Amino acid sequence: MALYNLTIHEASDLLRKRQLSAQELTRSVLERIRTTDAQVHSYLTVCETEALQQAETADRSLATGGPLPLLCGIPVAVKDVILTKGLRSTAGSQILAHFVPPYDATVTCRLREAGAIIVGKVNCDEFAMGSSTENSAFLPSRNPWDLSRVPGGSSGGSATAVAAEQALAALGTDTGGSIRLPSSFCGVVGLKPTYGRVSRFGVVAYASSLDQVGPFAKDAQDCALMLQAIAGHDPRDSTSVNTSVPDYQASLTQGVRGLRIGIPKEYFVEGMQPAVEVAVQQAVAEFAALGARPVPISLPHTEYAIAAYYIIATAEASSNLARYDGMKYGYRAPQTEGLGETYRRTRAQGFGSEVKRRIMLGTYVLSAGYYEAYYLKAQKVRTLIRQDFLKAFEACDVIATPVAPTTAFRLGEKTADPLTMYLSDIFTIAVNLAGLPGLSIPCGFDENHLPIGAQLIGRPFGEEVLLQAAYAYEQATPWHLRKPPL
Amino acid sequence: MEYEAVIGLEVHAQLLTESKIFCGCSTKFGAAPNHNTCPVCTGLPGVLPVLNRRVVEFALRAALATHCHIAAASRWARKNYFYPDLPKGYQISMYELPIAQHGYVTLKLNGHSKRVGLTRIHMEEDAGKNIHDAHSDASLVDLNRAGVPLLEIVSEPDMRTPEEAGEYLRSLRAILQYIEVCDGNMEEGSLRCDANVSVRPQGSTALGTKVETKNLNSFRAVEKAIQYEIQRQSETLNAGGRIVQETRLWDADREVTRSMRSKEQAHDYRYFSDPDLLPLTVAQEWIDTVQASLPELPAERRERFMQKYNLPSYDAEVLTTRKDVAEYYEAAVHAYPSDPKILSNWIMDGVLRVIKDEKLDTGLKITKWPCPPEQLGALVRLIDEGKISGKIAKTVFDEMHHSGKAPETIVTEQGLTQVRDEGALAVQIDQVLAANPEKVVEYRAGRDKLLQFFVGQVMKATQGKANPQMLNELLRKKLSTDHQ
Repeated sequence: MALYNLTIHEASDLLRKRQLSAQELTRSVLERIRTTDAQVHSYLTVCETEALQQAETADRSLATGGPLPLLCGIPVAVKDVILTKGLRSTAGSQILAHFVPPYDATVTCRLREAGAIIVGKVNCDEFAMGSSTENSAFLPSRNPWDLSRVPGGSSGGSATAVAAEQALAALGTDTGGSIRLPSSFCGVVGLKPTYGRVSRFGVVAYASSLDQVGPFAKDAQDCALMLQAIAGHDPRDSTSVNTSVPDYQASLTQGVRGLRIGIPKEYFVEGMQPAVEVAVQQAVAEFAALGARPVPISLPHTEYAIAAYYIIATAEASSNLARYDGMKYGYRAPQTEGLGETYRRTRAQGFGSEVKRRIMLGTYVLSAGYYEAYYLKAQKVRTLIRQDFLKAFEACDVIATPVAPTTAFRLGEKTADPLTMYLSDIFTIAVNLAGLPGLSIPCGFDENHLPIGAQLIGRPFGEEVLLQAAYAYEQATPWHLRKPPL
Repeated sequence: MEYEAVIGLEVHAQLLTESKIFCGCSTKFGAAPNHNTCPVCTGLPGVLPVLNRRVVEFALRAALATHCHIAAASRWARKNYFYPDLPKGYQISMYELPIAQHGYVTLKLNGHSKRVGLTRIHMEEDAGKNIHDAHSDASLVDLNRAGVPLLEIVSEPDMRTPEEAGEYLRSLRAILQYIEVCDGNMEEGSLRCDANVSVRPQGSTALGTKVETKNLNSFRAVEKAIQYEIQRQSETLNAGGRIVQETRLWDADREVTRSMRSKEQAHDYRYFSDPDLLPLTVAQEWIDTVQASLPELPAERRERFMQKYNLPSYDAEVLTTRKDVAEYYEAAVHAYPSDPKILSNWIMDGVLRVIKDEKLDTGLKITKWPCPPEQLGALVRLIDEGKISGKIAKTVFDEMHHSGKAPETIVTEQGLTQVRDEGALAVQIDQVLAANPEKVVEYRAGRDKLLQFFVGQVMKATQGKANPQMLNELLRKKLSTDHQ
């Protein structure tokens, strides 16, 4: 076994016992990146020198003993929409291709304070808009299980980095499924926390009312550790919620006995890949075997989720992305005449087509005369969807669904038809609209040996229960232990 | 046809908070360009706004001082448009649910009271400043002002004349100054005003097409521009034309308004509620606390000045229109309580005139005038005690203004004390009479008018220091009794 194969909890154990140094671990991970990244393209920036310096610092802390921060010496990757001071942060866009932030995102700070070693910045769809990383302005990442397939998106690079073991864990963001979909496609654990659980400060905004940062990890315990490090109120983010953060690790082993697992009929639909449905049903059966109680539930407004999402998210995006105007930072089109042309050319050249499509959609739905019919209506739908969930949670404690209707698709398979691509997020989007926590956990493989993910949806701030369920499931199943053939 | 104007004003008041509305940067005026900035107010990727509580408090003060209804919950909205001085490509403002609505301001004009309704008050962030560099063809952007808190105060179309509009603006400014939320300086842009003007035939109740005029950066500009618009619109209608809904700019040099953009070219700001900020809730407790902390407002103070100091309405109005002036006046009265009306005269005709002539009230602070109110009190005391004449007092006042010295000091240093010593005065009179024997004869022959000649001569000889009453008396006595 190589050092990069370790989980966070295994590595932490060895580091604390002085059987492993942070520098050895970091070197192993950097070496793994060197040998595999030409195939999977997880990283946009690798910061080897800084990572090794941080590892040295971690080793000094480890040597002095005493209380150590949670992630001391653990090499992690950070999605490129999350700002890292002094380290290029592109958001996967040409318009920020050379942007070096003067400040750290709150989650970056918290990772650093927790002693984690940031080895690099990972690829994503431009401004987190996409489901495959094919919208990255730089290059698509590839699924470590089958290099001809996508890793899912938008946090594809975070998923491939963890699946290909080029980092022990990673941070991504999830606006409509961008953590859970790639986690499912790449066979790792991914958690989108409750809206407000984790600070958005310093995260390049796509859709502010939906965006949330969360971890990718090799198992539930690592996921709990990563969440522990980043969760909590941030005075710099008014939408972050000031409620106490539980000790996720301490409650991890509580099991699922008596847990009521809601199975929404609207999430098992015609046209799903049969292997996915089978695997998720088997996962539910496994939970039942562990003492949980499946209950049928209904989320009647599910079918309107995608429509509402593409109105709300694009509306917010059209405004959030207005700042990329070539005036203060980022790309500016050369040789333009006058202000109007500078704006137009800068944005025409700096943004990719999916981003432009969403800016146009969002601008349209907010326009005078259309606002009520689209944006306001979508907000009402959003309220109904949230109410669906809250009502369902009267009858159950956790909801189990597939993460996506299919396993990973091939590169280029859906790029010609944005609508088909949007449907990849059909099972994840409602969770963002409702602001709930959602976790993706490996639950099997299809006929092509591609991973399948099950989604566990929790009550607001119910991350603890999701992690407990995932942990219990992992103890009973082997899926999370399989490694891609790299 | 005769037309009646319908006027509403939109006022932007820059708030006197220490820091900006959504970040901790200083709001201090005059720093080096882009010095008072941070990632938040320059709109870097990933930043989020955090509301400055003081701004809400200031908004509450303004809202309560203008009798508004405070919304239990209001909402921040984004106003989207592109401009280099707007770093995020949107301005955080309030739209559908402002913090306050349905207030009013009472104005006094020509002895009549009038209530002008307030539609709404809301908070928003200011934009930066574009500076068009004369030395190159570049435009430079200074973001020091970006994120400085503003109140937008929108009036009902309740005004009918330019004078009413001017008076409304002065009254509103006075209120904002009294509650210490805005310094009210139009020239420096801390108080800005746009005017909505329409006209309709006298007697009609329907509203005409309104035209918005921007760039009104003085009280004079507001009144002049409205006057111009009323005339332009009336003439257009009388000539058979129609008014187009548009935005016009006031050209202060040529004293005309010019079309800036038509309704068709108007921006679609695509307002929507800002997902980065929570709805703003204001507890009744907070409202009560702010209400209790409100100081005496201009209208109350005006009444009090009339009652307590027995001032005419005009004086009370002039003295209370600016908080600094009212406070200066009261301090002067406190220093010398015997003659409040004379002190009022000295402030209106003396201090305010000098300040205006020499443009000393930058920041609208009477403190630029070098003499503290106690010294103005002392000056009036010197007159009342007969130590100096009213005429000498003007000289002393000028000297106070130039040197900042106390009036007593000036009088002593320059020997301006009135000659009240009968003996000394008699010597001067004797000399004058001796030098003009023919005039003495003429006077005694009945030319009474010559008395003024002798007074003038003695005054000249004493450099104006002779006590006038004493001089008159002595002269008369000497001319009638003193037969040489």
